[in-house]
Amino acid sequence: MIENDPSPSKLTEADLRGRAATLRAHAVRMIHRAKASHLGSSLSMADVIASLYWQILRLNPLQPEWPDRDRFLLSKGHGAAMLYAALAERGFFPVSELDSYCQRGSRLTGHATSGVPGVELSSGSLGHGLPVGCGMALAAKREDRSFRTFVLLSDGELDEGSNWEAILFAPQHQLDNLVVIVDYNKIQSYGLVKDVLELEPLADKFRAFRWAVKEVDGHNMNELSNVLTSLPMEQGKPTAIIANTIKGKGVSFMEDTLAWHYKSPTDEQLSQALKELGAAS
Amino acid sequence: MRTAFIEELLKVAARDERVWLVCGDLGYSVLDPFIQRFPKRFLNAGVAEQNMTGIAAGLALTGKTVFTYSIANFPVMRCLEQIRNDVCYHNLDVKIVSVGGGLAYGSHGYTHHGVEDLAMMSVLPNMTVVAPGDPLEARAATAALANKPGPAYLRLGKAGEPILHQAPLDFTLGSAIQIQDGEDITIITTGAVLGIAIEASRRLDAEGCSTRLLSMPTLVTLDADAIGKAARETRAILTVEEHGAGGLGTMVAEVLVTMQVGMPFHALRLSRDPIKLSGSQEELRSAQGLSADGIYKSVRHLLPLDTKAF
Repeated sequence: MIENDPSPSKLTEADLRGRAATLRAHAVRMIHRAKASHLGSSLSMADVIASLYWQILRLNPLQPEWPDRDRFLLSKGHGAAMLYAALAERGFFPVSELDSYCQRGSRLTGHATSGVPGVELSSGSLGHGLPVGCGMALAAKREDRSFRTFVLLSDGELDEGSNWEAILFAPQHQLDNLVVIVDYNKIQSYGLVKDVLELEPLADKFRAFRWAVKEVDGHNMNELSNVLTSLPMEQGKPTAIIANTIKGKGVSFMEDTLAWHYKSPTDEQLSQALKELGAAS
Repeated sequence: MRTAFIEELLKVAARDERVWLVCGDLGYSVLDPFIQRFPKRFLNAGVAEQNMTGIAAGLALTGKTVFTYSIANFPVMRCLEQIRNDVCYHNLDVKIVSVGGGLAYGSHGYTHHGVEDLAMMSVLPNMTVVAPGDPLEARAATAALANKPGPAYLRLGKAGEPILHQAPLDFTLGSAIQIQDGEDITIITTGAVLGIAIEASRRLDAEGCSTRLLSMPTLVTLDADAIGKAARETRAILTVEEHGAGGLGTMVAEVLVTMQVGMPFHALRLSRDPIKLSGSQEELRSAQGLSADGIYKSVRHLLPLDTKAF
């Protein structure tokens, strides 16, 4: 069996925060260069991604197809810039390749695309990741395999009925090797979640569907770490982690604004953003 | 056909432990032999076809060969995007099986008429599309698809279809099966309408219209060679299918046009209009000319009585 690469789990909270800032800076640069969108969605999930990729997921960047790796599915495929940044920084492909994001001929398309080392599932249309994750977790369960499956959902995509089919399914089959993380930034594509299709009481909905549920501050590394290092929360139940986040987190003028679901930073905004993130421009 | 399918799937699953069967809460009694024999490789995903298909993709991503099973449109349309994005785009080993294709659930109403499925499945990337003409074709197709990695759609009839071929059947994915040779008309069928085409062929032959009859179970990839040969060696082509636009007739016409062949051609198929009245499969077929008599008349329209054949 191939071992996981040297464990990064010794990282301190400050280290992880630094990682997240690096990832944020990558995403800002990538989306600026490509004049792309969905920056707010990438920034809101940065801390969750840093925690998963530097502390939690059992992976081998030198062998992305290692059969016993943990699976991470980015169901909110529009957060691809953040995922690519993490994969590059973790060594799945060169960091320099991030420059090609959304450029002609690049494999780094605007939504997560399999074929990129470390990307488990192409996504972009919402509501696909969790059913696929259920299939992976079921295979592991039936065959007593040790890998775990993590699925990152956006709040907006919980409008999709397919997610609720899967949310009904997972407890029925006692998939305690399945973890859903909701990037709950409260803003969806064309408005506030509460104004479009209110999800509240979200934690209670998952509980009513027989999941083990934990609500955390999705930007607090200790809270993320505490829950993600004590999985499954309950034997026989899938885990739902509702990560309360802020869209655009880390760049003051992008925070909690719908517009940054779409806008691409100007040169001036890029400089300002990188300055706030403590990164070189 | 569904019994032939499950019997063959049992054999396939016995020799290949990667094979799973996932149903959408349908298959009452039919799937029992599989459930009893391979409980760990069976899943009833519930009445939730999107999740069923996503799960199948997830299983396939861990190395399984997954057959999803439901009836008519259910495993095809409700989850069309899961088939496109999760299964086909990733070129996964998922075989979508629909029982009761065409008008097999005739009296159940239009929601249960699987009459657009072949067109939808045929345009998807990496997809192999098969509509067997009798239980022997269904059995052979099941085994062949299990051996061919990648996505597939298997459109089955329902139950009680007669065996039309002599066993053993020489079946290869992508190859037409010649039922009989002839030099005036070529009739090409896909799916369970093969029986009525055989009946029509007998009548045509008896009247001196030499009829070549091809069963074309594989729509993707279509046997273009057999179509080209028919174009060269016979005087007209009639396609017959229990399906609307975009199926066999459309595909054969495209082959002919691409080959720059101009010849008498007709696609005998269902109207685009939903069938709103109840009826048995046979009654609903016949109402749109899908009968031995309708096939006979279509041929006579292509090759009128005053030509050599009549």
